[in-house]
Amino acid sequence: MTVRIYVPKDACAIACGADEVAEAITAAALARKEPVEIVRNGSRGMLWLEPMVEVVTEEGRVAYGPVEAGDVEGLFAAGFLKGDAHALRIGKPEEHPFLARQTRLTFARCGIIDPASYEDYRAHGGYRGLERALALGPADIIEEVKKSGLRGRGGAGFPTAIKWKTVADAKGDRKYIVCNADEGDSGTFADRMIMEGDPFELIEGMTIAGVAVGATKGYVYTRSEYPHAIWAMEKAIEVARANGMLGSNIAGSPYSFDMEVRMGAGAYVCGEETALLDSLEGKRGTVRAKPPLPAHKGLFQKPTVINNVLSLTAVPHILADGGEFYANFGMGRSRGTMPIQIAGNVKFGGLFETAFGITLGELVNDIGGGTASGKPVKAAQVGGPLGAYVPTWQFDLPFDYEAFAAKDALIGHGGIVVFDESSDLAKMARFAMEFCSVESCGKCTPCRIGSTRGVELMDRIIAGERVEANLETLTDLCQTMKLGSLCALGGFTPYPVLSALNHFPEDFGAPPHRLEAAE
Amino acid sequence: MPHYEPWSEERARAVVDEFAHLEGPLMPMLHAVQETFGHVPDAIVPMLAEKLNVSRAEVHGVVTFYHDFRHEPAGRHVLKLCRAEACQAAGGDALAEHAEHRLGCKLGETTADGRVTVEPIYCLGLCATAPSAMLDGKIVARLTERRLDALIVEAQS
Repeated sequence: MTVRIYVPKDACAIACGADEVAEAITAAALARKEPVEIVRNGSRGMLWLEPMVEVVTEEGRVAYGPVEAGDVEGLFAAGFLKGDAHALRIGKPEEHPFLARQTRLTFARCGIIDPASYEDYRAHGGYRGLERALALGPADIIEEVKKSGLRGRGGAGFPTAIKWKTVADAKGDRKYIVCNADEGDSGTFADRMIMEGDPFELIEGMTIAGVAVGATKGYVYTRSEYPHAIWAMEKAIEVARANGMLGSNIAGSPYSFDMEVRMGAGAYVCGEETALLDSLEGKRGTVRAKPPLPAHKGLFQKPTVINNVLSLTAVPHILADGGEFYANFGMGRSRGTMPIQIAGNVKFGGLFETAFGITLGELVNDIGGGTASGKPVKAAQVGGPLGAYVPTWQFDLPFDYEAFAAKDALIGHGGIVVFDESSDLAKMARFAMEFCSVESCGKCTPCRIGSTRGVELMDRIIAGERVEANLETLTDLCQTMKLGSLCALGGFTPYPVLSALNHFPEDFGAPPHRLEAAE
Repeated sequence: MPHYEPWSEERARAVVDEFAHLEGPLMPMLHAVQETFGHVPDAIVPMLAEKLNVSRAEVHGVVTFYHDFRHEPAGRHVLKLCRAEACQAAGGDALAEHAEHRLGCKLGETTADGRVTVEPIYCLGLCATAPSAMLDGKIVARLTERRLDALIVEAQS
């Protein structure tokens, strides 16, 4: 009997040797005349175990990991085709505490199905959301999204239903759905994982958005650094089209919707929605002043929904199971689940989808297992290069948009980067300013000039020159950038800088907690 | 190793024409030009300006705005080291220094023999298995000094 073996095709697994492992398995099976079928799935998100190979046995799927090509002979000898014992045997993946503790809605299928298979997607509940959406019609779709309480998962947390309603009400001969998949924040990879592991979910989400607002064309704008995600998305779009789920009269309905993938060119600022739209139009990725909102005048000046990958991939579930079901998860005004990404210097890094409300400490220490280096945790940067450094004494902070904002921090795209005690946060503050100066689109002065002055100030502070005075100027400069910048790049760069300074003044050569006392 | 074609105006026209039917075709055109010739030559600017009915300055502005577009051809191999926060937290600084030392050039430069261009990259999205790198199209995670040395040897071959 042919044994089915899953070897992930997720970029993270490939970077850890999954392609070589798949080849070794094919070769070993051939040599032993064991018939095997290798399926290249997405990742389950237990990234420290990648490449995680799963074998389908009578008792279900049994996982082994992290497998290197050199381990394959030994695995065959140990009888892994039957799910037998081996040092790398993990057991049933769904019973692993890391997965068992999660609430997976968006990532429910990721790592389980073959991402290129339309049948597999259907068999695991795919397109149930679109079917219901087509039956409901535009107004009720938006009502359902409103009930779910879904807020933009890209970072700003703006209610998705309001955005959709604005576009639905706007007049235009053409309307667009643009998916912001320009996931440039360090420590984030959820967009990449879902595009590689369950691309049909994004297609379904964008199609539902199209039906809801009357848009017929969608663009996924993603990064040149994500070639594997681009291949997976393009393949899935082709398959969806062949199955009548994209193009004219989708699924036999009166609605038409088609989409394509566009690749950025290494500009971080294009993750800002208006810069992204300009880039899609073939211009420099400069930020537009708002108003007009993209909902009124977006891509090519037409009404445009621009949503993050994680917002759009939440939509199929909201439609399939109802907005109320989704809203049952979460806390306060943060409803539903958030795919959180645990990364950096961490023992068990990966994708952890859970309801809002979990604390940062649980994520870093219990789930992430602390640092990979074994040294004590110093801080975690949450929300990418524009997110604050949260010190360990604030690890009781719950994952909630408002709770983070109250501590001058942000959830952003849900990425957590863990730093151990050897990290120098003055250096990280300098990096934040330098990154902003390199990536600034140049349109507004506080960001363009401010970040350059910020780097110079940080250089003087690190060199020990007139530290007190320079820190005062730095704080003042940060205030100007925060209040005077056109977009989040210049406006949020002060978050990592000031949080590092406020919590770890000793790294800046200032007396401990001098600034907190002064405030 | 990537193979690039020598510049030819005729070939360039054929490459960009493939994208003429798209909405907002400039970015896909520039990517295709770079994929064909290994960089974006100056000669393409007036051609694109005419084709898209925009000024040369506008095309030049786009070409120079994005980090990906090269004005000069790169070395035979391109080694990109992720220098974003997650990789820094996991020891990326030391690896970058090691690479600069081994190759005898700084990040953003090409070795004197033209074999290797080494560049920083800001996030490959492999942040849970940091530090990471990319050699030509191949991505590598859990980078150690030993693995980096192997990549450098491969790049220098």
